[in-house]
Amino acid sequence: MTLRIAVCVKYVPDATGDRGFADDLTVDRDEVDGLLSELDEYAVEQALRISEEADDAEVTVLTVGPDDAKDALRKALSMGADKAVHVNDEAIHGSDVIGTSAVLAKALEKTGFDLVVCGMASTDGTMGVLPALLAERLDLPQATLLSEVSVEGGLVKGRRDGDAATEYLEAPLPAVVSVTDQSGEARYPSFKGIMAAKKKPVEELELDDLEIDEDEVGLAGSWTLVESADARPARTQGTIVTNEDGDGGKQLAAFLAAQKFI
Amino acid sequence: MAEILVLVDHADGAVRKPALELLTLARRLGEPSAVVLGAGEATDAVAATAAEYGAGTVYVADGAEFADLLVVPKVDALTQIAKEKGVAAVLVTSSGEGKEIAARVALRLGSGLITDAVELEAGAEGPVATQSVFAASYQVKSRVSHGVPVITVKPNSAAPEAAPAAGTVETVTVAFTGNAAKVVSRTARVSTGRPELTESAIVVSGGRGVGAAEGFEVVEKLADSLGAAVGASRAAVDAGWYPHSNQVGQTGKQVSPQLYVAAGISGAIQHRAGMQTSKTIVAVNKDPEAPIFDLVDYGVVGDLFEVLPQLTEEIGAR
Repeated sequence: MTLRIAVCVKYVPDATGDRGFADDLTVDRDEVDGLLSELDEYAVEQALRISEEADDAEVTVLTVGPDDAKDALRKALSMGADKAVHVNDEAIHGSDVIGTSAVLAKALEKTGFDLVVCGMASTDGTMGVLPALLAERLDLPQATLLSEVSVEGGLVKGRRDGDAATEYLEAPLPAVVSVTDQSGEARYPSFKGIMAAKKKPVEELELDDLEIDEDEVGLAGSWTLVESADARPARTQGTIVTNEDGDGGKQLAAFLAAQKFI
Repeated sequence: MAEILVLVDHADGAVRKPALELLTLARRLGEPSAVVLGAGEATDAVAATAAEYGAGTVYVADGAEFADLLVVPKVDALTQIAKEKGVAAVLVTSSGEGKEIAARVALRLGSGLITDAVELEAGAEGPVATQSVFAASYQVKSRVSHGVPVITVKPNSAAPEAAPAAGTVETVTVAFTGNAAKVVSRTARVSTGRPELTESAIVVSGGRGVGAAEGFEVVEKLADSLGAAVGASRAAVDAGWYPHSNQVGQTGKQVSPQLYVAAGISGAIQHRAGMQTSKTIVAVNKDPEAPIFDLVDYGVVGDLFEVLPQLTEEIGAR
């Protein structure tokens, strides 16, 4: 039996760029170049490792996003994923995470899967709740925020390093997992991988294909409302001293004392 | 008065500080009620503390499920209470687990969700949350426009203030829904004796410039002289010099202390995302061109192995 692994990825504005908001207070995706969210590379990596351990496996990478989101899919395909699904519909623009999770859940059901792998959060929204929402919508166990993951005998197992404790988790397939940036360095696409990715199938889906009403998604279907988004005034540089005379620590102590920290 | 449901995190019979902050914030929105979930442990002291910080009612539920199964039992409990009591908002601490719980509760209630609020105010159309986004370069104000607002709030967003209330305990029997991952084993994190990173008023962090795991000794000594938590940049964590649980940055902890000391940290966007909202920032770095100096209130260009011990000594002498 083929182990069907679905990886959910997001196309995000480059975090090193000057990110901002568009007039409708959604994330501006025009001013800054986009790419596969760095944290999703870990998800693709773990999916590939699980598939390499399995006798027979297939890795499908899914995204919901505009035309350019194809770049994120290509990157995942060049890393080694087998095929891709791109949900692209103008009506989705402005969806909040509740709306996005509805679209992804339907796309996952249509695609078919035994295991869903997600990153720990996106680098733009940084909420980290999409995997939990998918588990809720699909009525599947969630084994999330894993720094180690493996699939053995129809079970997914993993280690979750929380704030207060480290937990070892176990859930029967099908299940939803998310992996952290501690799960293992993601591979770089090889030249061969990049060339092969160009020939791999990318299925295009619209809301109609998923039987989702337009008013369930987008800005109108969003259950949250952004009232304002203002650039924070940049921090201004204060005093800079050097330790040339060997008294840098003393100078710093004087500053901290003046600020009543010591 | 509107009932505001607060999920109260607790450990070893004590309420964790972020939950006291939530109770304090909840009083701006209405009358707080606390939800205390336990798996066999005594929760009397937790309920009493919740009352001291303003909980009119404390809903207590007990079940092995809360410890044995991931996330879902807590979602079951919170959703059930929110529905039965017709609450006006649900507040949860922004932790990995807290956000996951909140998200699933929101979906079950048919409600909008806001995560990582750093400020919360009552508004004409419901609570208005402030979030700090894009590596803290933007401040966003938003509100939930559908259903009962479910909001997670970051630690250190408010100073806890006591405001004694009745704290009437109501025992709740939760109907569990299942289909959760099993927690096969749990190892509590060993306490370092230092303050919790996200809750500490002062944080001292080391980065690539620390050079080795042993190098963190000077960082720890300074931290201890200030009663501070110790943080580390991703470079230092990836190099294996300091535990991931102490990582400050986009994929680690986001801290917002009164004072942040960056030692040997260049200040990449990844790191800035985790500390840029600190009140006062100071840095020690050999490289005068390090981007961290653009953010600082006070910076020393120099070797951290000379500057930090001298500073520690000065603090000890005061």
